[in-house]
Amino acid sequence: MAMTETRAIEGRSIEGRGPWRLAWERLRRDRVALGAAVVIVVIVVLALAAPLIADWFGHGPAQQFRKEGTTEFGLPVGPSGEFWFGTDNLGRDLLVRTLYGARVSLLVGVAATLCATVIGVVVGMTAGYFGGKVDSVLSRAMDVVLSMPYLLLALVLVAVFGPSLPLTIFVIAFFTWASIARVVRGQTLSAREREYVEAARSLGASDRRIMFVDILPNIVAPVIVLATVLIPLAIVFESVLSFLGLGIVPPTPSWGSMLSEAIAFYRVAWWYLIAPGGALLLTTLAFNLLGDGVRDALDPRAERLFATRRNRRRRSLRRRSGGGR
Amino acid sequence: MLRFVLRRAAYGLLVLWLVTTTVFLLVFAGSSNPAATLAGRQATAAQVELVRERLGLADPLYEQYFRFLGGLLHGDLGFSFYSNQPVAEYILTLLPRTASLVLGAAVLWLAVGLVVGVFSATHPRGLLDRAATGFVLVGLSMPTFLVGLLLLYFLFFRLNTEFGIDLFPPPGYASIEEAGVGEWARHLILPWITLAFVQQAIYVRLTRSSMLEVLGEDYIRTARAKGLAEGRVVYRHGLRAGMTPVLSQFGVDIGQLMGGVLVTETVFGLQGMGQAAVSAVTTGDLPVIMGVVIVISLFIVVANLVVDVLYGVVDPRVRVS
Repeated sequence: MAMTETRAIEGRSIEGRGPWRLAWERLRRDRVALGAAVVIVVIVVLALAAPLIADWFGHGPAQQFRKEGTTEFGLPVGPSGEFWFGTDNLGRDLLVRTLYGARVSLLVGVAATLCATVIGVVVGMTAGYFGGKVDSVLSRAMDVVLSMPYLLLALVLVAVFGPSLPLTIFVIAFFTWASIARVVRGQTLSAREREYVEAARSLGASDRRIMFVDILPNIVAPVIVLATVLIPLAIVFESVLSFLGLGIVPPTPSWGSMLSEAIAFYRVAWWYLIAPGGALLLTTLAFNLLGDGVRDALDPRAERLFATRRNRRRRSLRRRSGGGR
Repeated sequence: MLRFVLRRAAYGLLVLWLVTTTVFLLVFAGSSNPAATLAGRQATAAQVELVRERLGLADPLYEQYFRFLGGLLHGDLGFSFYSNQPVAEYILTLLPRTASLVLGAAVLWLAVGLVVGVFSATHPRGLLDRAATGFVLVGLSMPTFLVGLLLLYFLFFRLNTEFGIDLFPPPGYASIEEAGVGEWARHLILPWITLAFVQQAIYVRLTRSSMLEVLGEDYIRTARAKGLAEGRVVYRHGLRAGMTPVLSQFGVDIGQLMGGVLVTETVFGLQGMGQAAVSAVTTGDLPVIMGVVIVISLFIVVANLVVDVLYGVVDPRVRVS
């Protein structure tokens, strides 16, 4: 009895819990977010294992089975024991292609978000920290990027340089960094005035050290929230570009290009729509749900105010996503 | 106030110039020889050179640029490489199609967004609010072309083949002058629903959060305390203030969308600004690309300007910064 009491006192109940730990505990209690995280993990595993699964079926992602995979009229074949999700008009296995498409979507989503976040953080912090002329120039640049008809410019860029995977990532990153930079700038502006920055400066720390060692850890929470929302946006952006024939180059499977091929055949082959469309919806939905959970966990104030604060942030992002319509 | 408006307008012009110049340089300097494509596969080098000269592509880039700017100031956007039609004239034929799509869808998404958003805000955490939140999430996650394709599959194709109901026509556009209002609307119902479905998500969210904030204000409590009916409090006092962010988003959206709804137009074959942009880009019709970019940027810049100015009228603090 006495033992347990002492342990309780020495143990967890008194131990200080840092903000990250608190956030993690909040996230762990959020069943929707956890479910979404599980779905994402499954998608990632399936994407990584795509070559193995393709081997197991014996169907390559671009391999055409003109004989078994198409009807005598050259039309797609429905789901069967051989082709679980059916085939497309060239007799290719839709399941294998959808799995390979996940690789493209996840790669583009994560890589583009990473680039946009790094650029956004560096530019936003520079603008917020140095202020003055630097700030006004960089802020103008953000404004200009944010007020561009970006999907159209993306089309022009792709038309000039020819569609490719790196270009797709670059285009998405180029048109999304500004929304992150804007938030980071605002956060840096207020962090700059804090006592800990003054303390670091009086100790003789360089500007770069203050920015990246002292300020960055304190503003990283909203950046994480924004990044989780950016991933599904980037995935949709990629699929839109590919859908319009300006993203990933065939025969590399991408959900967007698979759906645009499906337009001509969906009347005779509903599965042609379901496989890539369902995968795309599931992925973006899971990332959005996880993003909501992460936001609530990192920013518990958002919960108290219902959706007020979070909406402001999302709005600046939604403006960017507008061209996907 | 006038100074504020002028400053914003000057800024809008700057953005417009930046966008057009960037695109011009990209397109005219970067394109792999469009003359060769135009001249055809059999063309000799001399023929290609002739085409290049006729299109003015052989001149130095700065000459082409100033010719383009000069034409722009006279409202002359040049001629399409392919159809030889004046670009300005061509764009004018596209605008009513895009406008029909956007304005019809706007009515739908505003109605849904406001009604559902206000209801969610007045009954927070209720069953309908939760359902609406789920609906919003699906709307935010659903790519537009997926919505469009699913609607086409079920409402046009399956309804037709299985029940013989041809309520919804196949993709395509019917103009009012040629086919009448009924046919025009019938051809646009599915595109309207598609665009509105994707858009409503933003508006439900925005209305809900803005109304929640407004309904917590002191003057709302005062209105309740003096015994006004709840409906009057919510709609007369609350909604009027809660509408501001919704309206500003609306302005931006209309500007963005009037410049072309690339995906919806492509799925439903509406041949508006968006689809024209995509096909000009894929065929390398440089003057059409330039024309479309300018008109789209113009719409966006004007919409941003209107929203900024309206904000300045509503909130005097904006004018100072």
